[in-house]
Amino acid sequence: MVPEAVVRFLSGYGGRPVKIMEVCGTHTATALRGGIRSLISDKIRLVSGPGCPVCLASSAYIDRLCALAKDGCVIVSFGDLLKVKGSTGSLLDMKAAGHGVEMVYSPLDAVRIASERPGKTVVLAAIGFETTAPAHALVVETAIQKGLKNLMLLTAMKRLMPALDLLCADPGLDAFIAPGHVAAVTGSAVFEPAAKKHKKPFAVAGFTPESMLLAMYCLVKQIGAGGSGVANLYGEAVRPEGNEKARAVMDKYFEPGDAYWRGLGVIKDSGLYLKKEYMRFDAGSFGRNDEGAEARGCMCGAVLTGRSDPDECPMFGNKCTPEDAYGPCMVSAEGVCGIWYREGAAK
Amino acid sequence: MKIRMAHGSGGEETRRLVEEIFVAAFGNDRLRAMEDAAVVKLKGKTAFTTDSYVVTPLFFRGGDIGRLSVCGTVNDLLMMGAKPEYLTAGFIIEEGMDTGTLEKIALSMAEAAKESGAAIVAGDTKVIEGRGGLFINTSGIGTVPEERDISARNCAPGDAIILSGTLGDHHACILSARMGIENSIRSDTAPLCEPVGALLHSGAKVKAMRDITRGGLGTVLNEVCGAAGAGAQIYEDRIPVTAQVKSFCEILGLDPMYMGNEGKFIAVVGKDDADKALAALRETRGGKNASHIGNVCEGKAVTMITAVGGRRTIHTMTGEGLPRIC
Repeated sequence: MVPEAVVRFLSGYGGRPVKIMEVCGTHTATALRGGIRSLISDKIRLVSGPGCPVCLASSAYIDRLCALAKDGCVIVSFGDLLKVKGSTGSLLDMKAAGHGVEMVYSPLDAVRIASERPGKTVVLAAIGFETTAPAHALVVETAIQKGLKNLMLLTAMKRLMPALDLLCADPGLDAFIAPGHVAAVTGSAVFEPAAKKHKKPFAVAGFTPESMLLAMYCLVKQIGAGGSGVANLYGEAVRPEGNEKARAVMDKYFEPGDAYWRGLGVIKDSGLYLKKEYMRFDAGSFGRNDEGAEARGCMCGAVLTGRSDPDECPMFGNKCTPEDAYGPCMVSAEGVCGIWYREGAAK
Repeated sequence: MKIRMAHGSGGEETRRLVEEIFVAAFGNDRLRAMEDAAVVKLKGKTAFTTDSYVVTPLFFRGGDIGRLSVCGTVNDLLMMGAKPEYLTAGFIIEEGMDTGTLEKIALSMAEAAKESGAAIVAGDTKVIEGRGGLFINTSGIGTVPEERDISARNCAPGDAIILSGTLGDHHACILSARMGIENSIRSDTAPLCEPVGALLHSGAKVKAMRDITRGGLGTVLNEVCGAAGAGAQIYEDRIPVTAQVKSFCEILGLDPMYMGNEGKFIAVVGKDDADKALAALRETRGGKNASHIGNVCEGKAVTMITAVGGRRTIHTMTGEGLPRIC
């Protein structure tokens, strides 16, 4: 339970207006489900960041997956990605047209599917942050162990820190609630250089309203005092040094490279790609950075960088709904627009 | 033995399959007669319903598609205050299904029907191409006492909302099985005869009942309030969720308010009847964790006071939720 003093402080806060970004979609959902906005002062604004890998996938990436499906490959993907539209349609459209598209809950299912269908090329849509990348690395490792020749990855994995570093430079953002899942792998210490450099505090939070309220309390106090520390409020899952084993397997097969982020553009070394010696597993992941994809009037880019709330987009809730999504943020379970829509958070 | 297309041809193979598996399991004279339809006698008002079951996997901790197909339909009858009397069962079997598996499912249906006090009196079997899967449709008919009037339209501001037990068990169980996650979460699949019977005889004025299946409590509350032309206020800390389901939800970002159940219901009772209703429910197997979660109120919105004291508006579920959960 949250100490009453924490809620009293946050609801009674009368200092300068502050903007706190929560980077993970699960935190966005937790905040809405806990009714957190109804508990805090109007002077504290909570905005969402680029914490949903499905929302970040470029339409060039979706197009490549669809083209592979049309060529007779079996595409293996998490469910949310199936609904994201590329320039000509989604993977769900491919599935409906009879092409091979399989929804899975774990990347390792790709290994099973490839073993069961030796005559088919199976392509895993490998998206995610540092949280999921170790599982994708294990897929490569298992494929090597089993001598599978028909399994490939189309990667669009992201490293969070380079993007956070860029967001830290935004003078409109005062502090960050760091994602608990990513921090479990990277460690909480990874946020320290950015916090120091930009003089902005971070708090690693768990996925309960209590943990988020505590994080906000720490952050608002630190902002007032000009602090730039990294508080870890998710000690049960996150250590300063993170999970070395998970990082080791990730580093064995993948290396950093430039990647496109919706709303932020191409960020140096913010992606993870297969290393040269494992390039035989790559299904064409490089250069899928389409900066023109937002010209359609979708505000996902502004939403993903905390510059707009979802309901400020003119399409929110009318032209763009979870049933018929225009932008990726409305599609995914972790997408900010989808969460706002489902939770009825729009004003 | 594996099911082949011939088992659905209507000929000798079909007859043997029906006799050896279904008639043997459901054993009653009406079914054994193998007529084109069962002829039954009913008294007074009747409730009549149907539902189809497509759950994967076919077997899960705490139940299977057979038990589910009987409980789901029986519970729909019970929610109208009906006594379940007769059921029909239609099977669409995919080629390649093992007859031993089918027999196990049929026996499980028979057991659930027995618990419910209903007899399976007619059925149908079809075989389609596929990979050994199974779909079941059941219909059910029940009798309602003449004076009983249970409907969401009856609810009015002030009425108490009673939840019969913990949320999310079935949904979390199915999802765990599909994701290959090891835990001991059990589906709550059960006929609700005992708790509903206890409630109806508790002396509480029962205005409406709904079982909380797909769409979860959030959706059901909105449906009831919509029909009643009222709102509701509920309290998160009064909604029971087991510790295991709670942490499962935290890890996967799921919300128990929108998770499906197969043995839970809400009852709306008169404003002074909450204690009577709770006392009766808590005496029953399916109602130990019953809780008075809030009240019907003026307005239109379903509002939750969250555990940390925030206000949250509860909407009808949008999007598809988890497919093939029931």
